[in-house]
Amino acid sequence: MPADSGLSWNLLSDIDQMWKLDSMVNAYRAGTIVAVLAAVVGWFVVLRRQTFVAHTVSLAGFPGAAAAVFLGVSASWGYFGFCIGAAAVIAALARSGKGGMAEESALTGIVQSFTLACGMLFVALYKGFLNGVNSLLFGSFLGVTPGDIAVLAVVAVVVLLAMALIGRPLLFASVDPAVADARGVPSRTLSLLFLVLLGATAAEVSQITGSLLVFALLVMPAATAQRITARPGRSLVLSVVFALAVTWFGLGAAYFSPYPIGFWITTFAFGCYLLANLYGFAARWRGAGRRQVAEALGVS
Amino acid sequence: METMTAVDAVDAVNAVNTDSEAAAALLDGASRVCNAGNEPVAVVELRGASASVAGRTLWGGVDLTVECGEFVAVLGPNGVGKSTLVKVLLGVLPAATGEVRVLGHRPGTAGAQIGYLPQRRSFDASLRIRGIDVVRLGLDGDRWGIPLPGTGRFGGAKRREAEARVREAIELVGASAYAHRAIGECSGGEQQRLLIAQALVRKPRLLVLDEPLDSLDLPNQASVAALIGRISRSEDVAVVMVAHDVNPILPYLDRVVYLADGGAASGTPEEVITTETLSKLFRTPVEVLRASDGRLVVVGGPEAPVMHSDRHAGALVGGDRRATDGRVTDGRAADGRAMDRRVADGRAMDRRATDRRPAGSEADDAR
Repeated sequence: MPADSGLSWNLLSDIDQMWKLDSMVNAYRAGTIVAVLAAVVGWFVVLRRQTFVAHTVSLAGFPGAAAAVFLGVSASWGYFGFCIGAAAVIAALARSGKGGMAEESALTGIVQSFTLACGMLFVALYKGFLNGVNSLLFGSFLGVTPGDIAVLAVVAVVVLLAMALIGRPLLFASVDPAVADARGVPSRTLSLLFLVLLGATAAEVSQITGSLLVFALLVMPAATAQRITARPGRSLVLSVVFALAVTWFGLGAAYFSPYPIGFWITTFAFGCYLLANLYGFAARWRGAGRRQVAEALGVS
Repeated sequence: METMTAVDAVDAVNAVNTDSEAAAALLDGASRVCNAGNEPVAVVELRGASASVAGRTLWGGVDLTVECGEFVAVLGPNGVGKSTLVKVLLGVLPAATGEVRVLGHRPGTAGAQIGYLPQRRSFDASLRIRGIDVVRLGLDGDRWGIPLPGTGRFGGAKRREAEARVREAIELVGASAYAHRAIGECSGGEQQRLLIAQALVRKPRLLVLDEPLDSLDLPNQASVAALIGRISRSEDVAVVMVAHDVNPILPYLDRVVYLADGGAASGTPEEVITTETLSKLFRTPVEVLRASDGRLVVVGGPEAPVMHSDRHAGALVGGDRRATDGRVTDGRAADGRAMDRRVADGRAMDRRATDRRPAGSEADDAR
């Protein structure tokens, strides 16, 4: 960290100073793109209870980036190639039928351990790479180039457009698969497509938060939003708001402190989740408590 | 076909009944418009239909006509293929023999005119989607486009129309009080009502329900049965319901189809659920007992499908043993008495009788 990056008493001038650095502006641009994408895709991950698959697909970013560095190409290629590849493997091997995606946990675990093993192999092959392992796993926002941002933006737009197209049938198939099937919603095709979109999203998020902390943006904001409201529209918007806030504050905090970005984003997201839970308990205690007591007395 | 005797007997009774049914339809016509604006075709018509899965005939010789507004139960032992009949009606599985017409067409072509409630599914307690959203998905969840029900993809008028329809369906099942809560937090009975609203939201002419009372407690079985009975009349929608226990729905039924291994019998409940018809159908002595409160208990046979015992426990009790086991039948009568008083004992339970049913059953429903 540069010596002059500590916080002074004037917050505005500090922020002004931070924005003067191209690297920080790029980091904010990349973070904003990634936050919006992660919040939207993550909302469906939480709703569909596919967090384990999401975790596995994100971990595939680690061997991907390690392989890319080992081969001397841009880490982006490694992230996208391995994350989408892992998603495609899970999609291809997951058996169709009752429960569908919910029963694939063994397969997901197998893919997860194999990707981690591959990651260690590439780290071992590339000697002297050990410093980079930390940022691959726990995130780094330095060195985001305008080219990276362009790739992030293009992929995010493509994924978000696809989500807008399949969103409603996907929601139907996620909430109520039996009826959706009877209505002719191609739920198996949709869940395979969603896995691939998830792979692309995980690859994007990995580049900011690191492979291990993808959940900070992919799961925590969505889980927080769904905790606060059960209205799909509102919770999707809230999820984006939380992801953006967490990313922006996380980047700022990481700039003004010696601690890594992944830690800050995760901590802020976790704080939001705790507060949302408190809010949920309070709302339930206040609103539904009386009704539940009445029901309990009436029934028993 | 070995089972034709039973079916023939039922057909003969049906032929005798035709005149009185026509008279009843005339009477009903004064109070409700049946099939308004639609072709005058039966909602469901099965002629000598049979189904086979992997070369094995599940049931056969099913003759059934369901007119609009009628409430028909599909009964039979476990594994006999009740859900297969649902698949045949939905066009997912072709009938092996015979003719099947749904709303005058080949099954599977009626689309939005059929509301379908699959076998019991419950929502995870942590699912954070409101009941009203689940109902809304039944209206337009299969359309591509923006994922959010209720956000402005369409012009305001169309959106308001859709919202009004969703609200109407929710009011119809009496779920307005909890439709805005997360569906995972609703009780089993509340979830089932919301799912019925979801099946009704497109104003179908046929409602196909696969064991909707399964895994509900007794008061909820009674009130959801009353709700379905009321909707079949008031909404002019024919209901075909797979049931594992006939007693909760008995007062509302117009017709039953009893499926057996290789055969079937259909007709009004009092024609089909009798010692003679079921003994012929199952080719083994079967006894139909009527408890003092009007509940029917089938004793003997391959299984006891009309008792509302736990279906797995029921399969353990052998047919002959049960005939002599007074404890089983007594127990059912005793636990049913509390909630099924409205079943008039011994009274003919056709649709004329149901019109006289006490208002109490609807009071449960309006909870």
